Amino acid sequence: MTAFTKPLATLRHATGMPTGRLALWWLLASEIVIFGGLLMSYVMHRIGHPEWANQAAHTNQYIGLTNTMVLLTSSLSAVIAHRHAQLGNGKRAAQFLWLTILGGIMFAVIKFGFEWPHEIAEGFIPSASGFWGFYYCAAGLHAAHVIAGATVMFIVSLDALKNKELQRVELVGIYWHFVDVVWIFLFPLLYIAK
Amino acid sequence: MTTTEHKHDHAHDHSHDHGHHQQSFFMKYMWSTDHKMIAQQYMWTGVFMACIGGFFAYCFRMQLAFPGIHVPGYGQVAPGEYNALVTNHGTIMIFWFAMPVLIAAFGNFAIPLLVGCDDMVFPRLNRLSYQVFLLSALILIASFFVPNGGFGGAWTAYPPLSANASYSMTTLGSSMWIVAVALEFVAFLMGGINFITTAMNSRAPGMKMFDVPYVVWMIVVASILFMCSVGPLIAGAVMLFFDQNFGTAFFDPSRGGDPILWQHLFWFFGHPEVYVVLLPAMGITAEIICTFARKKLFGYKTLLYSTFATGIISFFVWAHHQFIAGIDPRMANIFTVTTLIISIPIAEMMFLFIATLFGGSIRFHVPMLWALAFIGEFLLGGVTGIFLGASGADIYFHDTYFVLAHFHYTFVPIAVIGFFAGFTYWFPKMYGKMLNETLGKIHFWGTIAGFNLIFIPLFFTGAWGDHRRIYNYDHFPELTRPELQDLRIAATCGLLLMIASQAFFLINLIVSFSRGKKAPNNPYNGNTLDWTTPSPPPHGNFPHDNMPVVYRGPYEYGVPGRATDFWPQNEKA
Repeated sequence: MTAFTKPLATLRHATGMPTGRLALWWLLASEIVIFGGLLMSYVMHRIGHPEWANQAAHTNQYIGLTNTMVLLTSSLSAVIAHRHAQLGNGKRAAQFLWLTILGGIMFAVIKFGFEWPHEIAEGFIPSASGFWGFYYCAAGLHAAHVIAGATVMFIVSLDALKNKELQRVELVGIYWHFVDVVWIFLFPLLYIAK
Repeated sequence: MTTTEHKHDHAHDHSHDHGHHQQSFFMKYMWSTDHKMIAQQYMWTGVFMACIGGFFAYCFRMQLAFPGIHVPGYGQVAPGEYNALVTNHGTIMIFWFAMPVLIAAFGNFAIPLLVGCDDMVFPRLNRLSYQVFLLSALILIASFFVPNGGFGGAWTAYPPLSANASYSMTTLGSSMWIVAVALEFVAFLMGGINFITTAMNSRAPGMKMFDVPYVVWMIVVASILFMCSVGPLIAGAVMLFFDQNFGTAFFDPSRGGDPILWQHLFWFFGHPEVYVVLLPAMGITAEIICTFARKKLFGYKTLLYSTFATGIISFFVWAHHQFIAGIDPRMANIFTVTTLIISIPIAEMMFLFIATLFGGSIRFHVPMLWALAFIGEFLLGGVTGIFLGASGADIYFHDTYFVLAHFHYTFVPIAVIGFFAGFTYWFPKMYGKMLNETLGKIHFWGTIAGFNLIFIPLFFTGAWGDHRRIYNYDHFPELTRPELQDLRIAATCGLLLMIASQAFFLINLIVSFSRGKKAPNNPYNGNTLDWTTPSPPPHGNFPHDNMPVVYRGPYEYGVPGRATDFWPQNEKA
């Protein structure tokens, strides 16, 4: 396979915004609607079913809080990575991205290693009630985004290590912040509202 | 930022041999990043799927006209199979024919050529989007052959029928259906981001917002609509999948779920989806009308603002599909009003097209015939929509053949007529050959006559109360009248005529490919940038060191004081 060269189209920016960033905002717009639809459905169900509060009481808000902290802290190193990318230091940027990925891995381990097995062992499986259906569906969809984001971030870091495509460090960072923001909606809706 | 961009420029120095190296068959046709090749892939995959969808229509229409007949080429249609055929006919025609052909194929082909750049902004993402789309098509096709057959819960997949295998009796089929649909959405999200970004960022120097050809605007607005509406349905698809496979009860009322929620999620997408496929067809029509009426588009900005209005209002009409689903009557009032309001900008567009034709110097070439047919036939679809948008009338018409005839009068002009309009218009550019006009006209008249013969009778059977989901009317003598059977037979004859007419299309393709006249660069004396490239355009479209610069809008036809009646966008004054 011959090496891929970017077409001229990619390098133009009639709007004044680099193409990658513009596309990323459109991507986030589409993601917002996906999570928006899911969360709106959940909120309307929650209003219609006050008895779900009894189910929600069984979620562990301390694990939820820990995961919130882990995820939010991991965003810090994404910002530092962006700073290094701006300064042209791809190696440092890649290292800080790895730190962020580590945060993502911790998040996944806490969720899939401790939280969910514990809840499933207590009988709170997705079909237990409407609340648990939404709980696994929303948190699972979010976790899938964490894993996907971390994977893309790893690929970007490999390029950054060679000082290539440094603008992508910022883009993958913005995506990571978005995943954070989704969690900030999920945490109160699933764990705190009781 | 500056350092990285400098790197890009450097990387570009290696691209002088763009397209000159020999590529293997696989790399050229299966793994290409060239937007024109991806457009071909989308188009021919879409046409292939349309053949399947058309075959399904043939099977169930034969069953409806001659109940219990041994359908030639298929055999006896069992009730379960009938449901699967109807469901997958609808699914295929909308998601695997209208969407890929109108948005993905024409968007991929036209946007880079019309805005004057060498490719889409993300060629590899573009390729990935096609591959995901192909995967989704294969999953859907595979779902017909699993035990118990394909999904049979209608293309709207209303729960609880779709949510529980013990109701739908298609354990695997319904899950594969929902996976295929979700993957298809993902493919179009990727494609849509590409279209929007390309049109926004990669316009030729000098091409201002209002110099962009209307079809590009339309595909961009359609992509934005799709992106903003499909999210809840993706979430809904995940939830439905959970319901089917993990025992959750989001939508199953027997276990505390809410089936109306699915209807909201589905139609919040489903109604804007109508405009997602309509707008590109409108755009193609606008291009063709201007080129063949040799006249400037009447009210470019008005047309554009009408489009934006359509797009915005389309998010507030979805519940008109649910008037008898048990929604609050006060809400039905509101949605009746919004539904009637949305016909205003659409009517505005129609009037602008007619105003463009007025006083033009019209040439009835084949693409123009299709474009004019689009206006006429879509008008019928739009006008009958008024009956259904009004909640009072809809209570009677709901789920009758009247509804079916109505939305086929919108979707067939959009998908079939829109496709043939765009295809015949850009065929010389795509393949470097001219199409045969006579065969094209026979094909046109056969298709149009067949199409009207199918659906005009169905308006009548629907108005007489024929319910649309009945497999064999002989089983329900109290629901129907015996004399309606003649109308059903007429509709089936129309379908056979429409299918038979496609033979002329096939012959036209074979004749034009083998013996067609070589197409010049600009066969119709068009203004837009696509006509400045060779036919077919090489990889990279324009000479890399001489990319086009734009000086004026795309519709400067018949400007007084000029020797020619057209004025290409890239021609210096």
